[in-house]
Amino acid sequence: MAESKPITKNVDWMVVLIYIACLTIGWLNIYAAVYNPEAHTNMFDLSNNAGKQLMWIGTAALLIICILVIDYKFYETFSFVIYAVVIFLLVVVLFAGSNINGSRSWIKLGSFSLQPAEFSKLAVSLAISKYLSDPAISLNRKLKDYYPIMGIIALPAFLILLSNETGSMLVFASFAIVLYREGMPGFIPAIGMIGAALLIITLLFVKWYIAGAIIVIAGLVIWLMPVMTRRRGGLWATIIVAFVMIGIVFGVDFFMNNVLQKHQRGRIMVLLDPDSDPRGIGWNVIQSKIAIGSGGVWGKGFLQGTQTKFDFVPEQSTDFIFCTVGEEHGFLGTTIVVFLFVALISRLVVLAERQRSRFARVYGYCVAGIIFFHFLVNVGMTIGLMPVIGIPLPFFSYGGSSLWSFSVLLFIFLKIDAQRPFTLSRG
Amino acid sequence: MLESRRFVIIGFFALVGIIYLLRLFYLQVLDESYSIESSSNSIKRVTEIPFRGQIYDRYGKLIVYNTPVYDLLVTPYKVKMDDTLRFCQVLGIERRDFDSLMNAASTYSRVKPSLFLRQLSKEDFASIQDIMVDYSGFEFAKSSLRTYTAPTLANTLGYVSEITKGQLEKQEEPYYRQGDYIGQSGVERIYENELRGKRGTKFVMQNVAGVYKGPWKNGELDTMAVAGENLYTGLDLEVQQYADSLMVNKVGSVVAIEPKTGQIISMVSAPTYDPNILASRYFSKNFAALARNPYKPLFNRPVMASYRPGSTFKLIQALIGLQEGVITPGSGFTHANCPVGCHNHPATSTVALGVTHSCNPYFYNVFRRLIYKNNIKNTFKASAVGLDAWHDDIAKFGIGQRLGIDLPSEYKGNLPNKKYYDRFYGEYRWKFSNIYSLSIGEGELLITPLKMANVAAIIANRGYFYTPHVIHGIGDKKTVKPEFLERHETGVDAHNFEPVIEGMIGAVEAGTARRSKVEGITIAGKTGTSQNKRGDDHSIFIAFAPVDDPKIAIAVFVENAGAGGSAAAPIANLIIEKYLSRKVTNKALEERMLKLDLMSKVVLPTTKKPGETETKKKEEVKKPTGDPNDPANRLPGAPHPANPAAMRGPVTLPKQSQQKAL
Repeated sequence: MAESKPITKNVDWMVVLIYIACLTIGWLNIYAAVYNPEAHTNMFDLSNNAGKQLMWIGTAALLIICILVIDYKFYETFSFVIYAVVIFLLVVVLFAGSNINGSRSWIKLGSFSLQPAEFSKLAVSLAISKYLSDPAISLNRKLKDYYPIMGIIALPAFLILLSNETGSMLVFASFAIVLYREGMPGFIPAIGMIGAALLIITLLFVKWYIAGAIIVIAGLVIWLMPVMTRRRGGLWATIIVAFVMIGIVFGVDFFMNNVLQKHQRGRIMVLLDPDSDPRGIGWNVIQSKIAIGSGGVWGKGFLQGTQTKFDFVPEQSTDFIFCTVGEEHGFLGTTIVVFLFVALISRLVVLAERQRSRFARVYGYCVAGIIFFHFLVNVGMTIGLMPVIGIPLPFFSYGGSSLWSFSVLLFIFLKIDAQRPFTLSRG
Repeated sequence: MLESRRFVIIGFFALVGIIYLLRLFYLQVLDESYSIESSSNSIKRVTEIPFRGQIYDRYGKLIVYNTPVYDLLVTPYKVKMDDTLRFCQVLGIERRDFDSLMNAASTYSRVKPSLFLRQLSKEDFASIQDIMVDYSGFEFAKSSLRTYTAPTLANTLGYVSEITKGQLEKQEEPYYRQGDYIGQSGVERIYENELRGKRGTKFVMQNVAGVYKGPWKNGELDTMAVAGENLYTGLDLEVQQYADSLMVNKVGSVVAIEPKTGQIISMVSAPTYDPNILASRYFSKNFAALARNPYKPLFNRPVMASYRPGSTFKLIQALIGLQEGVITPGSGFTHANCPVGCHNHPATSTVALGVTHSCNPYFYNVFRRLIYKNNIKNTFKASAVGLDAWHDDIAKFGIGQRLGIDLPSEYKGNLPNKKYYDRFYGEYRWKFSNIYSLSIGEGELLITPLKMANVAAIIANRGYFYTPHVIHGIGDKKTVKPEFLERHETGVDAHNFEPVIEGMIGAVEAGTARRSKVEGITIAGKTGTSQNKRGDDHSIFIAFAPVDDPKIAIAVFVENAGAGGSAAAPIANLIIEKYLSRKVTNKALEERMLKLDLMSKVVLPTTKKPGETETKKKEEVKKPTGDPNDPANRLPGAPHPANPAAMRGPVTLPKQSQQKAL
């Protein structure tokens, strides 16, 4: 049988190597983040984050072996079962979860705690892939085909929101990439981006000026428009679009002041002007920018970071691990990390495109999208381009649940990809 | 057609990557501001020690405050000394001292600053500051000293000193660091957490040479030091100092309590010392001298010393007797058939007269009735049951219990029960005839002056008390600890107090304390003469006044002064008058008490070795142990030293050590 060929032959070694590189660099930086020059911190000591992370890496390796051994068809067949189990865990955590850092999202089993929200990404990816594997479903023609997808995403998103873990919920936005690839009309993400742009502009400028500017631009568009287009409804279309945009501007204002909670509003405002609240929410952003900025071109050297030694940067080994890279390894180090991520997700897209089954392709895009979204938000927030949202940097940040969930997510795809030569195309 | 969308997606990924790289390039390479802030200038964390809270008396007069002082630190490797002689002259130290200080500093670390001279006054600092600029490697650090407005209350307030190694290791949350100051005794220790305040942290920039370059980030990240909370006591500083003066050249205690609230008005532990001497550069020298002093000025007698209550205990016996119904206010007893002796006094036909004349047989009979109240035939069993019932009644007065005052090392005292005597005699092997000395406050009873002052407060209140406490208000809001607002009942009805109080008034007007009565103030009091085998009796007096609206309850203990009426009662009544009317009318009595010198009669505490004879002890020179809980240190048991005059309290230290400033 062809399937008895060793997995090592077919697995995509480029992804595996990037994965190993990320884990190694991440672990060394966690060690640097917890390193105390006066206390001779030991990298292998289980009482600090570096030692624990090594333990998580070891257990992740065991998980990977399990994934590679299990038959690849298992994941497709049991997609909805896995989804149901994760939903069940998300419900359980609402009632039995322990409160860590204000969010009630951890299941505690003895000294071991697990965050089901981390695994919801995997479950939703599998469920969406399974659903889209039906060749009859078309995203560019039938609106009703979107409803099940919306349901698949909304259910866990709602449960995660209830457990106060907004960061993990926002990750579901990454499925827009998959839907776009599978036929969602391009104007939907375009509208999303324009909306985001309008949001930021609204926060920066007086809303009446923006409204005026939109009217002026709309006037220019109508004036420059070919007469034929104008007559065929272009005039009204432009006017409607302009009014919708003005509506968004005022809606954003209302949303910011009346809907968002104070700390959420603060996080967005800080993104625009960190100095508006230097001791509060702006603290993280300012400190992380100083830490990264002080690294210079070559960095201060391994374990030589000074900004990190006085605990200036909070959550240094988890959400702000990129600061340690920036400070100790400089522009060189950060460039390498950015390249690793871009290479990884681009490679995942290439792998996804060569799949013969739609299930495998959709799943590959899900993995790429999720990792990309984490990279986008996490690195973006440390360099002040994104609001402070507490989500980890895949493979770098300290934490067992996140490392496990990313490893499982990635290696399920690698396993499916390794079986590609033996899979029949279904469309 | 959809396949081509992969290029859009990969392009989007790449675009984000490029934007992030451009941003990183800007932050890390182009923008110089961050690198200047964090790398060329190193940031140093400087800890700011807040001022300890101040302590006030009941009228808002300051008792303890802080004086800013300066510590001189040296970093040995930076020191370039051309003219050591002049340097020593400026600092007022010997060349020898300089060498040993430098040696000690170098041994600790050549690159880290260590203490060179501590606690220079502001004036000294001002005079040498300019000259010190010429000497590299020396820097000043601001610090503060506890300062006392009056040389009193040393043991009550306690002292502050550098944290010991043991304390450093034992602390539960790592707050203190080496060299930090911590309250070591008295109020300073009990209220350490309130007094210490909150340390502040400053981040300052230094260049490579370690020169100060201003606050980092304009001080945005600094946390301010928060001064400790002020403490408000119920102490009356004027009365306290008056009581101090009366207790000069005596060993003993004065405890005065406001009965309605339990606030301590005055607390004297004689002999005492000036608390300022333990808050100076010469702490260790002065402390060693105090610790060596045979009169143990560091021993806080009001709460730690133990005595037999003597006749003052008869008050409680009478109260329990009335409450249990074994006597009525009109019960009378004669001296007939009684193993305890008595003095010659008029017939004691009522409880009041029994108290007034402190008749021993009277209370022997009361106690006998209390013990045998249960009507059990077997006298051994009856005694056992009776004693335990009696014990429980007495315990409600705080006898044999810790009252819970806010001072460390409160001595529990001893109130024997059945178990206690069973250990000596065996179960049911003892009966009333073995324990009757308890009836008059002798035997195995042990109390502290504080407890007896509290008994006076209970009688003043006619039945209840508030835990005596020094601090009646923490911080600006003057919060009182809830345990000090809790009323403790004794279970004796208010009407049963009246005959006893009548007897106490009689004691002051015409009885055992008549020589010290105060014109215009009705005082209810009771003398006590506490026997101890190795010296003259201790003089005890407890009282409260005015009788109708008690404002002060007091206990005075004067060691080896003889009967209660001879020293304790006059001192107590003078203090009561001073507190209530702010003046003293009986100047002759005051004069006599001020001059009274009992130091020659005081038998110094010592460790007693079994088998030593009385004569042998008289010859030996005293070497007291430092342990205040050693029973030998509580019960006097040795003769006075050859030259008692040299040891007179308040203890003063050799002049030279105090003058050795800059």
